[in-house]
Amino acid sequence: MTSPIIEVRGLAKRFDDVQAVADVSFVVRKGELFGFLGPNGAGKTTTINMLTGLTRPDAGSITIAGIDCRKNPKAAQGLVGVVPDESNLYGELTGLGNLTFCGSLYGLGRAERQARAEELLDRFGLAPAGGRKFAGYSKGMKRKLTIAAGIIHSPPILFLDEPTTGIDVASARQVRQLVADLHAAGTTIFLTTHYIEEAERLCERIAFLVEGRVVRIDPVDELMRQADRRHVVAIHVDARAGRLGDELARAFEDIDVEAVGDESLHVTSSSPVRVGPLVRFLEDHGAEVAEARKLRPSLEDVFVRITGIEAAAMKREKDKGGGKGPRA
Amino acid sequence: MKAWIAFWSILAKDMRSYYLKPPNISWGLVFPLAWTGMFFIKTGSGIETIPAVLPGVMAVSVLFGTTSMLAVTVTFEKKGRSFDRLLLAPIPLELLMLAKTAGAIVFGSANAFVPVLLAVCLTDLPAVNWFALVPAVALIAVSSTFLGLFIAVSVSEVFEAQTFSNFFRFPMIFLCGLFFPIDHLPAWLRPLSYALPLTYGADILHASIRGTARLPLALDFAMLAAFCGGLFAISLRNIRRSWIT
Repeated sequence: MTSPIIEVRGLAKRFDDVQAVADVSFVVRKGELFGFLGPNGAGKTTTINMLTGLTRPDAGSITIAGIDCRKNPKAAQGLVGVVPDESNLYGELTGLGNLTFCGSLYGLGRAERQARAEELLDRFGLAPAGGRKFAGYSKGMKRKLTIAAGIIHSPPILFLDEPTTGIDVASARQVRQLVADLHAAGTTIFLTTHYIEEAERLCERIAFLVEGRVVRIDPVDELMRQADRRHVVAIHVDARAGRLGDELARAFEDIDVEAVGDESLHVTSSSPVRVGPLVRFLEDHGAEVAEARKLRPSLEDVFVRITGIEAAAMKREKDKGGGKGPRA
Repeated sequence: MKAWIAFWSILAKDMRSYYLKPPNISWGLVFPLAWTGMFFIKTGSGIETIPAVLPGVMAVSVLFGTTSMLAVTVTFEKKGRSFDRLLLAPIPLELLMLAKTAGAIVFGSANAFVPVLLAVCLTDLPAVNWFALVPAVALIAVSSTFLGLFIAVSVSEVFEAQTFSNFFRFPMIFLCGLFFPIDHLPAWLRPLSYALPLTYGADILHASIRGTARLPLALDFAMLAAFCGGLFAISLRNIRRSWIT
């Protein structure tokens, strides 16, 4: 097991009447890709802002690579790269100009930052647009350039705040691959996201954050093992799912049946479920079964079980861009 | 050394992005000319009155050149969150804010010398004490810029920055002795004049160009320097309190 590179103990922050973060503690190990997962307003961005020196904690301690961030935030800032949830580069500068400017903020000399900027533009597939103004970039291009700006000084630690929010599917896939590549190259990554499948795919360990509190921290493998203990079968029937579900639950032991909409049933059990008898029962009761399949357990199931928050609702809320707290 | 790379880079970016744009250059040229023209028309006098008008036009050019630009650019970057990028850089806040304000100081100082160049072309300025005038312009530019910074840190919207700037600028123009002697002001307003940095800058400009001063030059310079330090310190404290929340 590698040594801790980020250590947070008892972190707390209040904005007026809102307790944005309350007694948050966790450790991120060197080279780890650590996920911070939670709904809108859970305190993810406030936590990142405290870790990076943009927000002053009310209580708690933050240590990054052995540096006490509350006493010496500037020393820690040299070791981290930050990619905020909104692209905040300079619209009037070109892509290349933005990267070289960001490089200079970390003390890179002229030749070094020019070479590094060109390398990153090439690596992120932005070389042809390097001479164009940032204001004219698409959302996906802006996101990629913002990530490039976050790593212009080759930081050993990278904070990524909602890196794929609001961009198209192809760009999101590219961004995820870039994150995976950075992780493979040894960068410690602290990733906040509300996309559970993204966290499942990328992260090694995940903290679930709800209303400013960490409710669970575990390796993704361990969380998935818990999900594996539940067996789910999805059955698409005609438009009588509710009534049929009740009959099915009465007929079979050790299963829970949930009607999902008018035409779908989710059958859940702690023991393996045989699909055939379920389908036969439904057909014997006059239903027309269009499809029946075992669902692969997902991190979403674990998240919903632990937090009580429906992942789909969380995603909808975020995509609407709704209600953020102060810098939260 | 690394911090200074950031300093020069921020200054160069701001000069290119904000101050050296054609609208601002034309503003820097037209504004002093318009003020000069206004005084000539109002007084009906000729070019022999240039030395009397020059301190006022120089000071106003510096005041407006610095406060307008800085209050707007800093507020604009803060609202667009690109200022967060600077706050995240591993450079001391003092140096960062000096870098952000250096462009306005250079721009404001350059504005001051537009009417001087015009005056040199139109008339003789043999009695000018350049050794007092140049540092005075620099200190007026620094104090006005830090006043702009104080304003920028106090507001969150660009239009608020403009409104708040005028709240300080216009009373300052008429109370600092540039156009109306302080002795001619009502007695109850005079203490307020001495609470304004431009009063001391205007006194040095009058002394440098016309040879008449109300206060000893050393006191004027000391007061201007004190205003510069005070406004910068207050602005830094406000940034730490309201931007690094």
